[in-house]
Amino acid sequence: MNSPTHGRIVAVNGPLVTCEVDEGREVLQNEVAYVMIGDVRLKSEVIRIRGRQIDLQVFENTTGLKVGDSAEFSGELLAATLGPGMLGMIYDGLQNPLAELENDQKFFLRRGQYLPSLDQTRLWDFEPMVQVGTQVRAGQYLGKVTEGLFPHPIMAPLVLLGTWEVEEIKPAGKYTVNDTVAILKSTDSQAQEKVNVMLKQEWPVKRPMRVYEERLLPDTQLLTQCRLIDIFFPLAEGGTSCIPGPFGAGKTVLQQIISRYAETDVVIIVACGERAGEVVETIREFPLLEDPKTGKSLMDRTVIICNTSSMPVAAREASIYTGITLGEYYRQLGLKVLLLADSTSRWAQALRETSARMEEIPGEEAFPAYLESRIAAVYERAGKVRLNTGETGSLTLIGTVSPAGGNFEEPVTQNTLKVVGAFYGLSRTRSDQRRYPAIDPMISWSLYIEQMQESLNTRHENWVELVQKAHNTIFRGDEVRQMMLVVGEEGMGLDDLVVYLKSEIIDAVCLQQDSFDKVDQATSRQRQISDFMLLMEMTDHSFVFESKDQAKAQMTRLQNLFFQLKYCPFEGDDYRRYRSEIESILNGKGVSHP
Amino acid sequence: MIIEHSRIVRVQGDIIAVPATDIAYGELATVKSRRGTSLAQVIRLRGEEVFLQVFAGSRGISTGDTVRFLGHPMQVAFGDALLGRIFNGSGEPIDKGPNLHALPRISIGGPSVNPVRRVIPRGFIETRVPMVDVFNPLVESQKLPIFSAAGEPYNDLLARIGMRANADVVILGGIGLKHDEYLKFRIAFEQAGVLSRTIMFVHTASDPVVERLLVPDMALAVAEQFGVQGKRVLVLLTDMTSFADAMKEIAISMDQVPSNLGYPGSLYSDLASRYEKAVDFDGAGSITILAVTSMPGDDVTHPVPDNTGYITEGQFYLRNGVIEPFGSLSRLKQLVIGKVTRGDHGYIMNSMIRLFARSREVEQKLAMGFDKTSEDERYLKYGRLFYDRFMDLRVDLGINDALDLGWKTLAECFRPDEVEIKQEFIDQYWPA
Repeated sequence: MNSPTHGRIVAVNGPLVTCEVDEGREVLQNEVAYVMIGDVRLKSEVIRIRGRQIDLQVFENTTGLKVGDSAEFSGELLAATLGPGMLGMIYDGLQNPLAELENDQKFFLRRGQYLPSLDQTRLWDFEPMVQVGTQVRAGQYLGKVTEGLFPHPIMAPLVLLGTWEVEEIKPAGKYTVNDTVAILKSTDSQAQEKVNVMLKQEWPVKRPMRVYEERLLPDTQLLTQCRLIDIFFPLAEGGTSCIPGPFGAGKTVLQQIISRYAETDVVIIVACGERAGEVVETIREFPLLEDPKTGKSLMDRTVIICNTSSMPVAAREASIYTGITLGEYYRQLGLKVLLLADSTSRWAQALRETSARMEEIPGEEAFPAYLESRIAAVYERAGKVRLNTGETGSLTLIGTVSPAGGNFEEPVTQNTLKVVGAFYGLSRTRSDQRRYPAIDPMISWSLYIEQMQESLNTRHENWVELVQKAHNTIFRGDEVRQMMLVVGEEGMGLDDLVVYLKSEIIDAVCLQQDSFDKVDQATSRQRQISDFMLLMEMTDHSFVFESKDQAKAQMTRLQNLFFQLKYCPFEGDDYRRYRSEIESILNGKGVSHP
Repeated sequence: MIIEHSRIVRVQGDIIAVPATDIAYGELATVKSRRGTSLAQVIRLRGEEVFLQVFAGSRGISTGDTVRFLGHPMQVAFGDALLGRIFNGSGEPIDKGPNLHALPRISIGGPSVNPVRRVIPRGFIETRVPMVDVFNPLVESQKLPIFSAAGEPYNDLLARIGMRANADVVILGGIGLKHDEYLKFRIAFEQAGVLSRTIMFVHTASDPVVERLLVPDMALAVAEQFGVQGKRVLVLLTDMTSFADAMKEIAISMDQVPSNLGYPGSLYSDLASRYEKAVDFDGAGSITILAVTSMPGDDVTHPVPDNTGYITEGQFYLRNGVIEPFGSLSRLKQLVIGKVTRGDHGYIMNSMIRLFARSREVEQKLAMGFDKTSEDERYLKYGRLFYDRFMDLRVDLGINDALDLGWKTLAECFRPDEVEIKQEFIDQYWPA
């Protein structure tokens, strides 16, 4: 197969183009092909092969294509280019750097322009870490450069199989991503194969990067600084979760807050088929925001993959895979990576559009029958691993889902719930009541609590038990509230009313978090523990009230104090003052223990 | 060289197929039949068969009619000469003005804006409708639908905004508009003397269904050009549900598998590619879109409003002839409130809405037969004033006048310590 395969277009149906190749030519499923409009090359991907007829999904608008136009096959799978210099970049779904495109294209994206994903001229300070003769496997570190905040190891190509020997390694110095810094030769004496190692390498985006010793059970918490998540439905490093919710329930704000404050090394944001305006906020604001952990700009730990709703649908399908591949790559460097995909429903709809054009037999709501396995395959690429180098790295995945009509019974939500470890269901009722984040504590869950028990209990002995107790109070409070709707407040017992009032305090000061307030928008681990323990003192306290009015008055006062407390900077003077006031109510006069 | 093809081998819905070669996907053609000439667009190529959607519909087309391919995709004339003009659903002038053959033509449905060339919206579009300006202000480059049941005065509202909004260019795209409504728009714009900054693309309910598909694209392509030239453009579309229904018809004719209530699986992308034309260009003008989306059965979970809600930046609900204060939302409002507008704006907005919610509660309480207290009386009075001075769509007030009237209304019904507004603003604005 020396000369590239050529094809001739025989049909055009939106982004689905069928071409015919000569008998006996080799074509690879998912290989990249280019269809030609004059001298403009439109990138596309092989998605079905039927005899000589090859179906391509074209990643661009196909207006102007004619029957008889030519197609060129590349022989390569759709791949991401990986190497130093990706942090801080804004890519489209095919990893074109959007900021570079703007220079010659003014406002609009012109089709058929593809630029290298990495800066071709920048020089990196390379330091070798191995000697000639060292035996290496895929993913082993041969040297390193420094990319912003992190040492960025240069690895033996991840696609290598078997053991290789370092034949040549370049001395320390400045190199571009395209310079060869090492030559490896196969230890298989018959093969005589050699590979050049550059600072950059490629990986086919749809193939999981399984270059590690073993996958580990996710047993440590990934702190998001969102109380509702961290305390009640904790997420594990290397875990997966989904956030479904109707429009206007606050998915976007929640995602933005997590992407800012999650305690992780690298954040990858995949804006998949969503509004451009939201991405613009991130693009324009992140460079100005400081990462509290490093003191550098937040953008220095962030990569944005941006295929908004008006950009071509086929590239939207690719964007999630591109994002995950970048995430897996940073995991190979021994880093903690968080990937936020907003929204997986738009990705699933892209699958549906292509499937419909291929006239496949549809499944539920016209989604293709393989929807379930595709969703599962995406989420399964997250995980915590022990690398070949002995280090650990993790890739955590949070996907939002936009269910039609806000109905969680639809296929994308249901198939996602089967494979994720935590579910943060946003409810219209809570968002209408302005109780943000509108994660519904009555329906959400996390499967990580048990496997993280040990790590969670380092917060406080019995932490998990205490959280369960608080959660039960919320459930009880809701029961009482429902009862109250029927019998009115007059028909309630005093004890039930107190349970309800306690649950309202937990809701107001712990579950609800003000994403627009500088103090309240992120809560550190230490503060979560401290404030929650105080809240539990209140929950456990046996209040003695003479009347419902007295109960309401007292509890409202308490709620207000807790409320003021949450807006005060941690351990400041105001914080201490409110805290001691609350403590004196809980220990002091007028309230006695039975 | 233009070749005519005169063998139509398939007519299905408003789709026809002819055998032809060397035809480009998306190309425009004319179909000449006994009924007259219609534009048509290539929507699929399969071997030597070319499928076209015929904008005037396929009724009366015979297998012997001629199809001429024009060698380019759909285009629309562009230039300042468009201002004040009225066009039909295929872009032909329908007023008595001069022809526009000399103008350059631009392609419709162009590529999307590079996200890195957008800026965070920061302009306030004053509409002089208090329920919009005070409570959910429209921000330059925002896309907002008006969700509305049948029979609501949504076109009146659009016309009012079209007349009063402080934009450089207003473009109206009428999709399946009743002829009376079209005339009302025209008369309203003429009488308000704003026709000279207005461009109308009007497809009326009696026009061929497929022509509906062109209206948003033409309106937005023209808007985009003005925007690039630095103009602040407001695009009014009514009604996007009719647009979605036309898409449904085409999809079904093409034997596409429907996803939900017959709508194609691409509904979200199709709507988004139009709404996403709303933009604030870095270093040029902006496009703001206000679009009516009628809700069949007053059901917001219907696929059209539902998909729209995920795309747009908030929504207005029009119920019982007024913009509903609860449920309506402008997601971008915090970008202008108190920043472009007066410092007291945010406080007035929150207080007035909170108090209006109380007055509704009082109404409900009284409806259930409870006794009326003197406090109730004050809330009822406030509710009436709020309705007359703010909710009534006929009210025509600038933002600062509306805020002042807000203070006056609060002062007529409440004491300063009842309205939960920061003391410094009370000191500054509370009427003596």
